[in-house]
Amino acid sequence: MADLKLHVNGAEMQTQAAEDEPLLWVLRNRLGLTGTKYGCGEGQCGACTVLLDGKATRSCLTPASAAVDAKITTIEGLEQQGRLTAVQQAFLEEGAMQCGYCTSGMVMAATALLREHAHPSEEQVMEAMNGNMCRCGTYPRIAAAIRRAAWGTVEKKGAAYARG
Amino acid sequence: MPVDELMKEAELHEVRDRIRLFELDRREFLRLCGGGLLVCMSAVAGAQESGRNFGGHALPQEVSAWIHIDADGKVTVFTGKVEIGQNIRTSLAQSVAEELRAPFASIAMTMGDTDLVPWDMGTFGSRTTPTMGPQLRTMAMTARQMLVEAAAQRWKADPASLIAEDGRVTNPATSESLGYGEITRGEKLVAKVSGDPTLTPATEWKIAGTAMPKVNGREFVTGKHTYPSDVVRPGMVFGKVLRAAGYNATLISVDTSGAEKMPGVQVVRDGDFVGVVADDVWTAEQALGKIDAKWNVPAQISNAELFAALKKGAGDDGQTEIGAALASAEVKLEKTYTVAYIAHAPLEPRAAVAEWTDGKLTVWTGTQRPFGVKDELARAFRLGAGQVRVMMPDMGSGYGGKHTGECAVEAARLAKAAGKPVKLVWTREEEFTWAYFRPAGVMEIRSGVQRDGTLVAWEHHNYNSGPSAIGTPYKVATKVERYHEWREAPLAQGSYRGLAATANHFARETHMDELAHELGMDPLEFRLKNLDDARLRAVFEAAAERFGWGKEKSTAQRGFGVAGGTEKGGYTAACAEVEIDAGKKVRIRRVVQAWESGAVVNPDGLRNQIMGAMVQAIGGALFEQVQFAHGKVTNPHFAEYRVPRFRDTPEIEVVLIDRTDLPSAGAGETGIVALAPAVGNAIFAATGVRLRDMPMAVGAGNREQAVAGSE
Ligand code: FES
Ligand code: FES
Repeated sequence: MADLKLHVNGAEMQTQAAEDEPLLWVLRNRLGLTGTKYGCGEGQCGACTVLLDGKATRSCLTPASAAVDAKITTIEGLEQQGRLTAVQQAFLEEGAMQCGYCTSGMVMAATALLREHAHPSEEQVMEAMNGNMCRCGTYPRIAAAIRRAAWGTVEKKGAAYARG
Repeated sequence: MPVDELMKEAELHEVRDRIRLFELDRREFLRLCGGGLLVCMSAVAGAQESGRNFGGHALPQEVSAWIHIDADGKVTVFTGKVEIGQNIRTSLAQSVAEELRAPFASIAMTMGDTDLVPWDMGTFGSRTTPTMGPQLRTMAMTARQMLVEAAAQRWKADPASLIAEDGRVTNPATSESLGYGEITRGEKLVAKVSGDPTLTPATEWKIAGTAMPKVNGREFVTGKHTYPSDVVRPGMVFGKVLRAAGYNATLISVDTSGAEKMPGVQVVRDGDFVGVVADDVWTAEQALGKIDAKWNVPAQISNAELFAALKKGAGDDGQTEIGAALASAEVKLEKTYTVAYIAHAPLEPRAAVAEWTDGKLTVWTGTQRPFGVKDELARAFRLGAGQVRVMMPDMGSGYGGKHTGECAVEAARLAKAAGKPVKLVWTREEEFTWAYFRPAGVMEIRSGVQRDGTLVAWEHHNYNSGPSAIGTPYKVATKVERYHEWREAPLAQGSYRGLAATANHFARETHMDELAHELGMDPLEFRLKNLDDARLRAVFEAAAERFGWGKEKSTAQRGFGVAGGTEKGGYTAACAEVEIDAGKKVRIRRVVQAWESGAVVNPDGLRNQIMGAMVQAIGGALFEQVQFAHGKVTNPHFAEYRVPRFRDTPEIEVVLIDRTDLPSAGAGETGIVALAPAVGNAIFAATGVRLRDMPMAVGAGNREQAVAGSE
């Protein structure tokens, strides 16, 4: 066990963790941030997606020790003073979930995508999202939510976006 | 679905013993409900199976067991059905709000908590909407009548002159008005109601029948919803369980000393059950890795030998039972179809948190059968029904895959040894290996048809995959339809979304397509010629119309296919367009699916379910397949067991037919049955290659692209 200092959702967080312990376990089990999900632990499903300095990252494959210098954003860090981001809002408006277990990872991956490409092409959406699995099969609505967040009437400026 | 068929499906879940009698403890119930008043009365019987003595469980007939209205007018509804993504937390609340004439926002659903809700067999078989819906509506309607009568007494008014609306009873003559909470306060209402319930007809629905958004949607987009695997208890530690080297293995020897030396690690041993407990899951994983076990794994068949063993084991002798009828037919066809074992692979694997307090066991776990798991726990630890409580937070789905309580039992065993609450979450590999599977199956169909397209003889045998939807909806003078069990199946078999209906529809609707091509008839026209069922005709026609069926001819690059059927009160038909590239890769371009299941309770939720079922169906149709050898699954990872992803998803259109004149049926399952045969038929239309085995793509089970193989 070693001391670990992480920068998560705009706050410094202190904990202890084993060497090589995945960021996913540290977030979920040591920092109480259970919004980030385990789906496979093998980089195959995207349920564990978080942002490291704004980039979508599989927290199950990232040792927490490798994230000490990064600004980490989890699903819990998107909402600001009760305001949802455009992506979160769009997921709600499109009803883009069934069991919702993939939703955290989907929202994080979509958030990273729209930061990089404010108006992504269909191919860019596929490229960014294909690694995120929804076993309930909600893909068409998730894709629609991403389009809505990018082009829709939803407000998507300023503080409503996650900070890196 | 008749009760005995339901029980049959319940048996399929590897539940070995009969369910024990559970009696709701009234005092405990009242205490847990807290303040506020109960509306207590008898209610009419027979709105669902509950009226009968079901497996020893006579369900409570008092409204108070189902609905509680507190002094603020907040309504709590109790049901043993559970929310797993099918949206019943929302749709059931809509039904209650409708009959109670209460605001939708005032309704909260308590689901799947065995201490609080009436006994329930489980959430499967598409039974929630057709049975729990009317049950709760009856209770809500009865409660509303009581509220009106109580207000009438208070005002000395004629109940018939009062209006119940929006959570209030109002007297239009005097403008007096009372909220439901104000009426129940300080009084206990007991009454008997007799006669048939007169529920609000769907044509007059104001809250039910609308596209109400998911009640707690915001919890999901903010990561706040607590899934079973997210539950945290004070002092909780983490567990891991040692898995056998193969199915049916026995433990020869185990050396746990390496794990025991690790600080903070406790090893738990109880016969062949070996587990570890540690303060964090990472340490528990490392400790498990240090355990050295030797297993004896008996010889077992592999998936390469599966279908030969299955046919033999299930008694397929290749003999026809309709020889005479076949002999009289102008065109005869005999074909064999297969479906592979597939996994549910819910994104949230099995998870449980178990806690022992003063001899009482509480388990939070993801399951479709909280009461079934409760019974398993009671049996496993020799506890009385009152000593076990199972709670089921809305989970990361199941698709029929989470009926059993093995993870809950394991967590409870570890927690008992640790003296602390234990969380156990199965890994993806454990989920792929130690869960149960949708049974593989062989379907033999023999048929006879006249040159004019009249079906005259039909024989459909299903070996091992199951009897659901084995009955053809088409008119045919002579038919035999039979399911044959296989008792020595190599993998644990259980329930699945659509279960055997997928296999039987794949076989039947592919065979119908083959017959149409033999006759040179349009596949849709051939079906309609042999179909009287107006509801099924309507979905075929609706799908065909929206799709533009027949407007374009199939080419070598683009094929069109159609398929449909009915099961569990749902009627569906799909038209599919596939694209075949130069390398024979198949891509599903577009699918239009029509759906009808009576009156629609929530069109938005229903569309979501049907679309989801169609997407999930792509996996079983094209590439999902559990591969196994020597008692082990050999592709227990998403890297090797391919499930549908964004890129696999075609343009999807769902056409809903809302039959407000018919009772609502469930829609969680049957939406899955039409896609595979429609796609297979479209592939044939383009390539002339007939695919009779699901999954249909070469390279199935790995990450290869779907490729239409040759016969
Ligand atoms: S849990 Fe990290 S990709 Fe699946
Ligand atoms: S909504 Fe269930 S996995 Fe995506």
